Amino acid sequence: MSTFYFIAFLSIFFSILVITAKNPVHSILYLVLVFFTITIHYILMNAQFLAVVNFIVYMGAILVLFLYTLMLINLNKESEPRKSNLVKLAAVIGGGCFLITIIASLKAFKASQPVMLNDPNLGLVKNLGKILFNEYLLPFEVSSILLLSAMVGAVLLATKDPKTT
Amino acid sequence: METLTHNIQAIPLNHYILLCSIIFSIGVIGVLIRRNAIVIFMSIELMLNSVNLLLTAFSVYRGDATGQVFVFFIIALAAAEVAVGLAIIVMIYRNTNSIDINVLNRLKW
Repeated sequence: MSTFYFIAFLSIFFSILVITAKNPVHSILYLVLVFFTITIHYILMNAQFLAVVNFIVYMGAILVLFLYTLMLINLNKESEPRKSNLVKLAAVIGGGCFLITIIASLKAFKASQPVMLNDPNLGLVKNLGKILFNEYLLPFEVSSILLLSAMVGAVLLATKDPKTT
Repeated sequence: METLTHNIQAIPLNHYILLCSIIFSIGVIGVLIRRNAIVIFMSIELMLNSVNLLLTAFSVYRGDATGQVFVFFIIALAAAEVAVGLAIIVMIYRNTNSIDINVLNRLKW
């Protein structure tokens, strides 16, 4: 039980560090840690398939993509744009109001039920694969088209246009 | 794995909702206070992840695996979104030599 609270504290701590770190490279490294704690949350809920997918896709693919882009862009601390303190204060107040609204609406729940894992093989690959390829076969195929179009779009956008340069 | 899943059994659903909304609002604040386009993208990833975690928590709570399938689709969508978004950022950088989003206010009027 205390494992959850410890990991929850770590994920909140690292996500605050993500948005406050001065150097963008440090932000990305803290984001890796946030994703790692979220993977641990998945394992705690016995969602093993999602834990593995989160580990490979987010920590493997997406974060490496971020790091590569940052290296291509070649940022340093001096070129990091800064906002005025007034705008920052307004942003924090706005986000805090959003958080308070959600917490206040949670009051309607009163004492909530604990999260119980009734079926121990709920998040296993076998069970999820059966559901994915029976009920959600069409969305699965459509998402392959989405990935293909994203790949084509990324290549088209990132290559240099000879006419404009 | 048995002991790990035993650990979770006493945690109320409210605490999951609380954790996810805190991470989500940190993401919102990050979008608002930063001007670096890549850090804004990372804050959006943070928000997507908190929503994924909450969907999984509800899926375990209800004993319904559909929520976890939905999280799988969200992850595929996030991968596509990041690929296109970072390509756009690289293109912006090539044209303006900066990734400050306040440079891009030409669409405002």
